[in-house]
This record gives sequence, structure tokens and C-alpha cells, in this order.
Amino acid sequence: MAFPHRPDAPELPDFSMLKRLARDQLIYLLEQLPGKKDLFIEADLMSPLDRIANVSILKQHEVDKLYKVENKPALSSSEQLCFLVRPRIKNMRYIASLVNADKLAGRTRKYKVIFSPQKFYACEMVLEEEGIYGDVSCDEWAFSLLPLDVDLLSMELPEFFRDYFLEGDQRWINTVAQALHLLSTLYGPFPNCYGIGRCAKMAYELWRNLEEEEDGETKGRRPEIGHIFLLDRDVDFVTALCSQVVYEGLVDDTFRIKCGKCHGPLLGTSHMAGLVFNEIRNEHFSNVFGFLSQKARNLQAQYDRRRGMDIKQMKNFVSQELKGLKQEHRLLSLHIGACESIMKKKTKQDFQELIKTEHALLEGFNIRESTSYIEEHIDRQVSPIESLRLMCLLSITENGDARCSLDTHYGPEHLLTFSNLRRAGLLTEQAPGDTLTAVESKVSKLVTDKAAGKITDAFSSLAKRSNFRAISKKLNLIPRVDGEYDLKVPRDMAYVFSGAYVPLSCRIIEQVLERRSWQGLDEVVRLLNCSDFAFTDMTKEDKASSESLRLILVVFLGGCTFSEISALRFLGREKGKREFIFLTTAVTNSARLMEAMSEVKA
Amino acid sequence: MDCYTANWNPLGDSAFYRKYELYSMDWDLKEELRDCLVAAAPYGGPIALLRNPWRKEKAASVRPVLDIYSASGMPLASLLWKSGPVVSLGWSAEEELLCVQEDGAVLVYGLHGDFRRHFSMGNEVLQNRVLDARIFHTEFGSGVAILTGAHRFTLSANVGDLKLRRMPEVPGLQSAPSCWTVLCQDRVAHILLAVGPDLYLLDHAACSAVTPPGLAPGVSSFLQMAVSFTYRHLALFTDTGYIWMGTASLKEKLCEFNCNIRAPPKQMVCWCVYAAHSKERAVVVAWERRLMVVGDAPESIQFVLDEDSYLVPELDGVRIFSRSTHEFLHEVPAASEEIFKIASMAPGALLLEAQKEYEKESQKADEYLREIQELGQLTQAVQQCIEAAGHEHQPDMQKSLLRAASFGKCFLDRFPPDSFVHMCQDLRVLNAVRDYHIGIPLTYSQYKQLTIQVLLDRLVLRRLYPLAIQICEYLRLPEVQGVSRILAHWACYKVQQKDVSDEDVARAINQKLGDTPGVSYSDIAARAYGCGRTELAIKVWVCWSMSHAQGSRPLRAGTLIWVRARLGVFTVLLHLKNELNRGDFFMTLRNQPMALSLYRQFCKHQELETLKDLYNQDDNHQELGSFHIRASYAAEERIEGRVAALQTAADAFYKAKNEFAAKATEDQMRLLRLQRRLEDELGGQFLDLSLHDTVTTLILGGHNKRAEQLARDFRIPDKRLWWLKLTALADLEDWEELEKFSKSKKSPIGYLPFVEICMKQHNKYEAKKYASRVGPEQKVKALLLVGDVAQAADVAIEHRNEAELSLVLSHCTGATDGATADKIQRARAQAQKK
Repeated sequence: MAFPHRPDAPELPDFSMLKRLARDQLIYLLEQLPGKKDLFIEADLMSPLDRIANVSILKQHEVDKLYKVENKPALSSSEQLCFLVRPRIKNMRYIASLVNADKLAGRTRKYKVIFSPQKFYACEMVLEEEGIYGDVSCDEWAFSLLPLDVDLLSMELPEFFRDYFLEGDQRWINTVAQALHLLSTLYGPFPNCYGIGRCAKMAYELWRNLEEEEDGETKGRRPEIGHIFLLDRDVDFVTALCSQVVYEGLVDDTFRIKCGKCHGPLLGTSHMAGLVFNEIRNEHFSNVFGFLSQKARNLQAQYDRRRGMDIKQMKNFVSQELKGLKQEHRLLSLHIGACESIMKKKTKQDFQELIKTEHALLEGFNIRESTSYIEEHIDRQVSPIESLRLMCLLSITENGDARCSLDTHYGPEHLLTFSNLRRAGLLTEQAPGDTLTAVESKVSKLVTDKAAGKITDAFSSLAKRSNFRAISKKLNLIPRVDGEYDLKVPRDMAYVFSGAYVPLSCRIIEQVLERRSWQGLDEVVRLLNCSDFAFTDMTKEDKASSESLRLILVVFLGGCTFSEISALRFLGREKGKREFIFLTTAVTNSARLMEAMSEVKA
Repeated sequence: MDCYTANWNPLGDSAFYRKYELYSMDWDLKEELRDCLVAAAPYGGPIALLRNPWRKEKAASVRPVLDIYSASGMPLASLLWKSGPVVSLGWSAEEELLCVQEDGAVLVYGLHGDFRRHFSMGNEVLQNRVLDARIFHTEFGSGVAILTGAHRFTLSANVGDLKLRRMPEVPGLQSAPSCWTVLCQDRVAHILLAVGPDLYLLDHAACSAVTPPGLAPGVSSFLQMAVSFTYRHLALFTDTGYIWMGTASLKEKLCEFNCNIRAPPKQMVCWCVYAAHSKERAVVVAWERRLMVVGDAPESIQFVLDEDSYLVPELDGVRIFSRSTHEFLHEVPAASEEIFKIASMAPGALLLEAQKEYEKESQKADEYLREIQELGQLTQAVQQCIEAAGHEHQPDMQKSLLRAASFGKCFLDRFPPDSFVHMCQDLRVLNAVRDYHIGIPLTYSQYKQLTIQVLLDRLVLRRLYPLAIQICEYLRLPEVQGVSRILAHWACYKVQQKDVSDEDVARAINQKLGDTPGVSYSDIAARAYGCGRTELAIKVWVCWSMSHAQGSRPLRAGTLIWVRARLGVFTVLLHLKNELNRGDFFMTLRNQPMALSLYRQFCKHQELETLKDLYNQDDNHQELGSFHIRASYAAEERIEGRVAALQTAADAFYKAKNEFAAKATEDQMRLLRLQRRLEDELGGQFLDLSLHDTVTTLILGGHNKRAEQLARDFRIPDKRLWWLKLTALADLEDWEELEKFSKSKKSPIGYLPFVEICMKQHNKYEAKKYASRVGPEQKVKALLLVGDVAQAADVAIEHRNEAELSLVLSHCTGATDGATADKIQRARAQAQKK
């Protein structure tokens, strides 16, 4: 049932161009500082950088030594120092301390700071305040789109989630708009645009502004991608909070996939390597083991063929097939190892119960039992992050009422975590319904008055009410099950959650694409508290080829999960030979979401 | 060539003096110079004239005019003098005009007539009025010395850092001294004054009479005294027409001269010192119509002055300007003298000649060259030509000397090119600033003394930004020192132009400055803000932010996207926070929620205290509470401080009506105190553990009583406590205690967890003990856990529970459980039958 390489699928745009572009720009920036130089790289940028330009390319452009940006004095003896960093105040202070130390020692060197993907004013302010603004030269490496897969682009900005949804910091929106602009210059305009969410709307408008400034550049180009759909993460927290059971998602939950590279037993395996992975990544985990053993048997059979071969055939076999088989074999054993490891963790009783509880929460029955399960979870103090996740899930699906289980016995910093979760709308509190709607109407009035900025605080102080139950009913997120859900032959997107739940985000996308507008979804949009942030924009001209209209770019602002990716891949295959392309600020999962909200002791 | 030395005048045997015209003056003076107060700044500086001074008792109704000109007579500023009578004018080292009023007030004006500030020379001066005043320059800056009506001196050695010093009284001084001057020795300013035949030296402690050594007898009065540019030499003019020249310390006489003119000279200038290589010392004395250069020679050089003239002492000469011309008088430098002296055979002279012949394509060139080479003096010749070129005023002459040098260089193997290149560059700069329109007639020596940085400053001061930038670019000065600095100055000037609209100014600034490194926009915005143009300050920032937001692409007008605009505002605010008072600043922030949220983040990293103030201002108690919580573990080290921070947090939470958080915070305080006590009493590490971990640690340490007490105190739910104890005891493998615990009362969490945990520690024996106590609904699970499949099957069959049966069945593996599996199958079949 695996679905890579469908003959009827539309061809995907060539995203390797983005890598080349980023590499060329980086090289150009490095060449701006002629001669030997030491490069200081921020830890978060190391893996993305590795996918763009490896060490030998850097060496070719006279990078002498590589250092990690960390809070230690630099040992570099080079006359030229180059810093490749995210625009963070912490980094600026680090650089300032280096430069000032040099100044004290009476040493003059050349310093260059390359901000990726863009510089922020606050950073320059800090440089100026530290008195080194004139000593360093600043540049931007507008590298914001990393192709992780043929259909997956990541901005590798996990901080987007916290910065925007918690701190209300809108600086990254500009980065998103720039990235979209880049895409439209490379792959033609997008004839149909849809979006939901405050951030989505802002990013979209900013992007449009950029396009207008550059008018003419994209006009006249034939669109390669027919649709674009922007979606804020806070439209659907539920999906992101669930435990993942699709293989790739499960691997991410268990071992963490970072920038396309796995950790744990699959250590270092590139995400796309091997047919094996391509065939199982979107599968429900329960199928994977069977699939792998089948695969192993096949492989063995192929090995076995050599018995009874004559010399010539054997020669042929060794020279042509053996290498591939060996490779395949290696990967297969890796995945089997991973599976065993996952099985050990997950097929245990507690995992099953966990899944059961999640499903109960999603479906909205046995609430009492689920609550006591979560309480027990807290009582056992196994993993605070996991407990938090369950609490959030409970509070969103049940419209609040997580008070009962809140407790500070995890330590004082978690009191702040709770306040963060509440502010971001991950933990909701029960509030009398009528007062809330009054506030809501006020707020929406403000929004139409275009005083958008004024409501930032209004919003954050307003305890967001989740209407998950009602939305679920409206969108039919819980499929009615007649008998056993056959996970081997999925019927709908719910298969990514064992047939218990269709991801809300994916359902919205499906519905809107079907209608080609938000028409008839007014109630849902209202329940999502997004009445003023759902938009469509179609160009009248019918230049888009039917081929391009089968391609849909989905932009997740705040991150998307592998489950959502798998679900939409399934949808694309199922519904009229379409293909989804994903652009996300980062690939996320429930644990990352919770960690982003946590206050930790520094 | 013959006439080149025509304006050279010999003084004694070895020195020549020449006077040449710098400019013919552009000004159109209505008055005579003698009717004006005149001040001219050294280093080719500007000239200030205050017409119609008060000493000429004219009708007071006519207001005098203060005019400022460049050295070439180009008007720079003109303003009506509205203040009191002025006694003296002078320029400070920064080219600020100091006007000393009769009442002791000193008004400071800029080069363009812009009023800068004023200061007073003290009460004593105010009461006794100012009789005479001098502006003098020291290595620290510019000073003012004042002679009051009570014949007392007051001086300030540095007007930038005003410290008034009243000099001691001169005993028996009844009338004003006939002449006086300021001497600077050993970094201290003294005053030398002449009263009748006596000279007195005033320092700040005492007044002492001094006598110049070797002074000719018969002197009854000193008419004039002059001190050299560097305060090292002194010249005195007596009523007998006798001039004494010596060191300023009055310890050594250098020479004397008798000019037999008894009339008091109008001005006397002494520049002896500069020409270190020359033994000549000279003094220039000016009368109404006569100018005399005297030195260590029996004869003097005399010039006739056609007009009223004014002398300006310079480092290496004297500038003389009148209504129509501006001239420079100096000793001919050695290099020039060598080359141009009639019939000179100096290598430089020969080289110059050779080059000329070469141009004429005459073979004589070779002869000259050979001659120099034979003497081995070609290097010297080239150097001479280069040096002499520097001292020439006429570009033509500079060129021919440089051409000669360059010609000579061709025949040298290894002549370092630096001196030649630098001279060419320097001359180019000098010729540019000497230009009539610029009017800074610097000589090479002055330029070297002044340095290029100061020269650039002066150009900036004169608002000659383009020229300054061109010079920077020509000399390839580092941007931060050169172009950027000038652009920043320009922008600061630009924002002060009140008649240009904010929008235009901001755009102009942005266009010019672009991304120039090292330009501080905050300085510019601050300047604009200082002029009361807050809007402009913001615009400057916005423009800057916009151009930055767009990366390398040029600014497009009219695309103010609100996000960017707000970001711009944020940056301004960030800057203005230093300017505005806190309250105003926060109020402004409030109206910019976008900026506010950014600012909060900024503060989290940079200025925690500000963040607190910000929350305070907004009465945001919830955030204030969170702030203090964070402080309790991030900022505070001492336990008392942490408890105090938590207390503050709790108070804030109560104010925010967040009782839950407040209670939790109070719990945390209690916990901290308790942990401290535990550490004191039991030792070990307790601080910073969560409550749960604290209890666990206590159990692990065998302090069961304490653990229970703690659990009671903090009302840990029973279930959680059981889980906790269970885990801790199992970790300890204290099976005895665990059993005791399990029997202490009925387990609120059932007994299945006991089984699980024992199995986790691989203790089947213990696990079995608890398996028997597990309640019926979990019994099967428990039995399966301890591996008793058979019994599990029995229980499942007894329960007639299909799910349990299949669970057991799934655990039946291999042959050993074959019987059990059969049993289940049978039971199933039976159940189905029923």
C-alpha cells in the first residue's frame, strides 16, 4: 500500500534549486571576507548547514577552522572571524564579548556576522550598545527553505512557535513572507490562495506587499503550483498533541528526527535513504513489522537465488545486484532494530493504555476514566512533559477544566510553564460561555477596524476557548467505525491515528480545497475563533495548467507533524491524483511543542 | 627662473624671507580694519570682524555687526550684535569664536554664527569690568586671560573645562600695564606684564619681578611683547626702539636689534622657534605703514604696508591680511633655498635643471645627471626636490619639482616610493583646501602639525561635506574614521535644517547613508530629538529599519508596511528610552503593542529591571509574579533572597487574583525553607529539588518519618505518595520495608503497581506476594506479569471474560503452555455453546 512513485501523480517541482541558491549565496558571503578565516557556527544551524555545504566546500572558500558558538572564549588565532548565527540577542552578546576581549588585548581582527535567515534590529541595537557596531560587518544569509524531502521544505525555525504564539513576536512573519516570495519567483505565482489564522493572514499580506513591490517579476510566469494553503498551528493544537503511530512520526516521537537525520538506533540514517523507508514511512506502525519481515524474506529469497547459479550468472549477480542488496539489507536491519526498540517501548501495556486514553479524549467518552488515568500519570511523576501534554489534550478537547490536575509539585519553574501554556491557548480554563462571546464580539469588531495591533494583548489575556467537541462534530473528525478499522487498507486520513481521529488541520484543508473556498464552513471558522482570519484569494486568469492545479503547497506556521504529512500524502493519492507539498517552520511533535512552552532553569 | 628668487629677502647671511600672496580678498569691507575688533584663527582659520566697536563713541543706537569670513574673505556668517560691549575676540582651538564682553561674560559662537553657549569669568570681573582680554592656546585647549579694571588678572586655562583662577596682585600696580602676555611653561599658564621699566611674572601663587638678561640700559618702558607660537621664545619692544629676543623663561638672550623707531608698534609677532634647522630667529613688527622683519643680523628687512594690515601668527610664518590682500611671510625653507638659490650647485638644483633640459631634449640633461651621480647625491637630490615641492605654494612649481624628483627616481635602483607618493597626495589635499572657495591656506608644515583628522573636522565644521568625503576616499582612509564619520556629521547637520520637511530629511539621510558601516543612526535620531523633532527622529529610524528589512534591495518609497513601521517605532523607542523619562517612555510603549512585545523580549535578555518596571507600570500583576518567580531561581543565589522573591511573587499573584498560583508559590517558599533545614540537619543536597524529589530523597536516605511528615505538610495526595514510596523503596530494593508499607493500610492504587515494580527489579518472588493481593479485575494481568500463565487462565475462565481470555492466550508460548492454551480453547468453546 505504500505510495511512493505513483505513475499518475503530478510531477513535483525541483526543490534542489533552493539548495543551490543557498549554497551560492553562502559562498558569496564567505568570499566577501577574502583570505583565511575561522567560522563560528551556531549549534542550531549546523545540521541545516551540513545539508547545504559540507566542510570541504567551506574549506574551498578559505574557511580554516570551524567552531561552535557556545559560551566559551574563542581559541581562534585567525585574523578574520566569521559568525554564522541566528538573530538572537544571546549570540550578539557572545560576539560582543569576543570583540571586546580582543580590544582589551589590543588585538585587531576582522569580524563578520552573517545572520540567517535575516537580521533583527534588536541584534544590531545590542551590537551598538556594546559599542562594537562599527567593528563588525553584518550580512544576511537569506537561507530559509531547506528541502528535507522531495515534498517537504522546512524553515528549520523551531523557535517560531514560541516566539510567535507565546511571546507575540511577529518578526519571523517577515521571514515567512520572504520565503514565500522566493518560492513564487522560482516556481511561478500561486493562482489560488487559502489561509486560516492570524499569523497566516499577516504573512500572506506581507508577502503580497513584497510581490507588489517587485511587480512584473513573477507575472507572466506559468504557475507550477496551483494552490497554496497557509495554516496557523494554533488552529489545531489537538493533532500535534497526539501520540503518533505512523512509522515516521513514531520514529520522530521515539528517537527524534533532527533536520532529516535520525537519532537512536537509526543514528545518522538519512531520512530519505533507501526504498525501505520510503515504503514504510507513511504506514501505520502495526503494519510495519509485518512489512519488514516480508521484505526480509524477499531479500533472503534474492540472496538464495545465487544457489544454483552458474559462474556467469554469479558474476553478474555479484557485480550488479549484490551491492544493492547489501545496502538494502543494512537498512532493513537498521529499521528492524528501530522497530524492535520501538516495540519494546510502545507495545507495552502502558503505551496501549495511553493511546486508548487519547482516543477516548478525542472521541469524548469515558472522560472520568481518562482524567483518572492522567492523574495517575501525574502521580507517578514519570515524565513532566508527557503529563503536561496529556493535560493540554484534556483541557482542549474538554473545553478547559484542567484545573483539577494542575500541580506545582514539579518545581516552581513549571508554574511559569503553566502560565505560558495558558497564554498560548494550549491549556484553557473553563469560563462562563456568555461572557466570552461578548468579549469575542468586541475583539472581532476591533479587528475589522484594522486596529490589529491593539488586540495582541486582548487576545493573550483572553482565555481562548476551545470548541473542539463542536468542531469535531461539524467536521466529522471521529469516523464512525463499523467493525474493525483495517489499517492495512486505510479508508480515510484517520488511519494515521489508528482510525480514531481525522487530523483537524488536514480535514480543514481537505474541505476548503474541495469547495475551493470557505463557503459553508462559516460555523467551523467561528468555532475556531478565526472569523476574521480565514481568507481565500483566486486569480481570475486561467493560466494555470491542469497539471499545476494538482499541486498544493501547504504552509504550516508553527510546525507540522509527520502524521499530518502522512495524512495529506494519503489524501493527495486518494483524491484525484493530487500531490501535496509541505512548507513548515519546523517539523514538530507533541514533545517539542511542550518543551517550547516550558520554562527551564538556565 | 631668474626672477623666482626676486621676492626673497636676505636676513643676515644665511636666511631668506619671502612674502607671497595667498588670496586677494573677496570681502567688501566698508570699514577700515583699524575700526574693527579682529580675530583670526591660526592654521589658516577663519577671520572674525566686529565692526563698529564701542570704543569709538558713536551713537549707541547702531547695533554693531559681527562678521565671520574664511581666510579668503568668503562670508561665512553675519549677525547683529545684540549683547553688551565686546572687549576682545578670539578663536578657540575648535574654531569657536569667543567674544569677551566688558562684563566678563564670554559668548561662544560657531563658525557659522550659531550661538553655542556662554560662560562668565566670575563676579570679580563683573564688578571691575574687563579692561583687556587675550585668548590663548595651550596643549589642553584654549584659554582666556582677562585684565580687569582693578588691574587684576583672571584666567581660565581651558574654556572647555572652565576653572577660573584669579592671579595674585601685582604690588603697587596703580595703572594698567603697558603690555602683557600669557606664557605657558610646564603646562602652567603665567602672565608676563610690563609696568614702566619693570617686568613681572605672575603665576598662581606669587608675583615675581624678572629681568631679561642682557637687556640694553635706558629702558623706561616696554611697549610691546610677543611670545612665539610654542611659548618658547619671547620678544620685547622697548620705548627706545630696542628689541630684545630670548627664551620665554627669560634666562637666555638670543639676540637684540635696535630699529630706532620709538613709536609703539601696532603688532609684533615672534615665530623664532619653528625653524629648528635654521639658526635664525626673527620677529615681525608692524606699524601703521611699515613692516619689519628683524633677527640676528645688523640689517632688517622692511616692507611697506599700503593698507591697514593685520598679522596672524602661524607655526612657520605670519599671515598678513588687509582689505585687499592676504599674504604669507615666512623664512624660505632649507630645501627650497638649496634648490633655488642663485647659482646653487646643490643636488636638488642640478636635478631640477637636468629635468628641464631633458624636456627640452637637450643632452645637457645627461651632463647634469652625471654630475649628480658622480657625487653620489642622486637620492639626496630627489629627496630635496620632493621636500621643496611641499613648501611651494604654486601648483606649477610643485609640479616641476615633483617632475624632477620623478625623473631622478628613474635612475635610482631602490628608492622607496612612499615619500614621493605621500607628497603628491598631501599636495593634492593642500591645493584643494587652499582653493579660494574653501579658503584654508595651510602650509605643508602646518598641515603635518594639524593632522588630516583635524583638517577633516574643520572641513566638516565648514559644512564642506563633499570635499571631506572626496579627501577621505582619495586618501583611502578607513571608512569608520573617514567617510562614515563625515556622513554622520552631515546627517546630524541635516536634521537641524528646520525648513526642510521631516519626510524629505529622512529620505535624504537614508539615501546618502544607506548601509554605510559605522554610522550610528541613534546619534542622528538623538540629534533630531534634541532639536525637538521627535517625528523626524522616528522617521530616520523607520527609514533605516525599512532599508534594513529589505536587505540589500534599495529602498522603495511609500511602502510602509505596518509591521515594519512598528518595528521602526520599536527601535526608536529603544533609543528614546535613554532620553525620555521612564513614565513617558512606558506610556508611549503602551500605544504600540507590537513594539511593546518586542521590547519585553529585549528586556528579558538585556534589562531585567526594566521589565519589572514595565509590568509595574501596567499593573500586570500576573506577569510581575512570573517575573519574580523567574528571579527566585535565576537571579538570586542566597536562600533569603529567593524566599523574598517568592514572597513578592505570591503577593503579586494575589493582586492578580490568581490564588492558585499564589498558593503554589507559598508552598514553594515553605519548601525552600524546609529544604534548607533538611540540609542543615541531615546534610546532603535538598535545595532545588521538587517536592516529589525531596520526599523521594528522604525515603531513599531512610528518613521515612520525615518523608511522611513532609507529605502531610504539603498535602501530597495519597495516591501520589503511594506511588512515590513504592518506586523509592523498590529502587532501594528494601523489600521488607515495602512489604510493611503495603500492609500499612489498603493501597489506594491497588496492588498491581507493586507487582509491576517488583518485576521491573526482576524480583519474581516478591512480585508473587503481591499478585495474590491484586483485586479481581486486574488479577489476570498480575498473574501474567509474574509469569503464572496457568493460574491466569484459571482466573480468566472463572471471570468468563473474553478479553482476558485472549490476553492470556496471547501469552501462551511454546510447548510449556500448550495445556493451558487448550484449556482456554475449551473454555471458550464451552462459553460459546452457552
